[in-house]
Amino acid sequence: MIVRILGEGQYQLDEVEAAQLAPLDLELDSAVDRGDEAAFRTALDSAVRLVRSAGTPLPPDELAASDLILPSLDASVDDVRKLIADDGIHLG
Amino acid sequence: MSVMKRVSLIFRAKANKALDRMEDPRETLDYSYQQQVEMLTRVRRGVADVATSRKRVELQMNSLQKEVTRRENQARDALGKGREDLARAALQNKASLQGQLNDLQGQYATLQEQEEKLTLASQRLQAKVDAFRTKKETIKATYTAAEAQTRINEAFSGISEEMGDIGLAIQRAEDKTAQMQARAGAIDELLASGALEDHVGGQQDQIQLELDRIGAGSDIDAELAQMKGELSANAPRQIEASANGGPGTAEGTEAQAAEQPQAGDGS
Repeated sequence: MIVRILGEGQYQLDEVEAAQLAPLDLELDSAVDRGDEAAFRTALDSAVRLVRSAGTPLPPDELAASDLILPSLDASVDDVRKLIADDGIHLG
Repeated sequence: MSVMKRVSLIFRAKANKALDRMEDPRETLDYSYQQQVEMLTRVRRGVADVATSRKRVELQMNSLQKEVTRRENQARDALGKGREDLARAALQNKASLQGQLNDLQGQYATLQEQEEKLTLASQRLQAKVDAFRTKKETIKATYTAAEAQTRINEAFSGISEEMGDIGLAIQRAEDKTAQMQARAGAIDELLASGALEDHVGGQQDQIQLELDRIGAGSDIDAELAQMKGELSANAPRQIEASANGGPGTAEGTEAQAAEQPQAGDGS
């Protein structure tokens, strides 16, 4: 599975690593729904760390779309809401 | 659906929408490539702008640091002259300046981090743009429009996700740089006009004036004391000289003259 961390690039994760990421993804989801900035930060921090440490960086010349995209580490709940609302992403 | 999945789908939907606009999928390749090259230029300009901002903040930090040191010296000088009130005022000014300096140091760190991130992003984009160019030529040469579709979709969604990601980063950097430039401009103006001194404390000029006045005052006191010393040393000798009434007094005068500065310092 390919995971992108916004602002950092793409990583390849195997099934075991992807399974570790799933519960964090749920935590992120619930934190965004509740607008719980602290819980969001904890979950995002853990998810980003996991992808960075467990994943293998995708070669930069690989042209592949990601299965999952993580917000950048400094993103807020509000930033993510905007992303999901399809606001502010311009592919040119 | 999870947040991470939703974000990836948004990116993908954007790419598909762009693809759908093209009648001949192969047109997409050239059009997209052109946009990638433009994005690369924009990212490189972004890196340069952030670097310029960072250097400017660095210069301002140096200027502020000098001011902080100057206030500290003033405070020490004032204490040495027994003026605790002036020393306090100088230290208050120093604290305000130090606050501004700390703020700039925070900005500097942010800019440095942003510069590094953008540099890496531009390297990643460059690698992907190069890969895309190669793939584009292969696809155009080998496949018919219909056959090319799938391959184009793959290449395009890969590169457009990268473009979207970098687009977000560069937008943030541009906003940040504009913000920094406005603040840096204000501090530059303050530093240049000397208004920073008035702005942070309002008393700086008085402190320096007062210290200068005390300094000049003590110089005058010292000179006065020296003159008094000369006068008091000469007076008894003249009496002595007239009492002796003979030669040899010139030698005595010279000896007294040599001692005069010490007498002056001692008073």
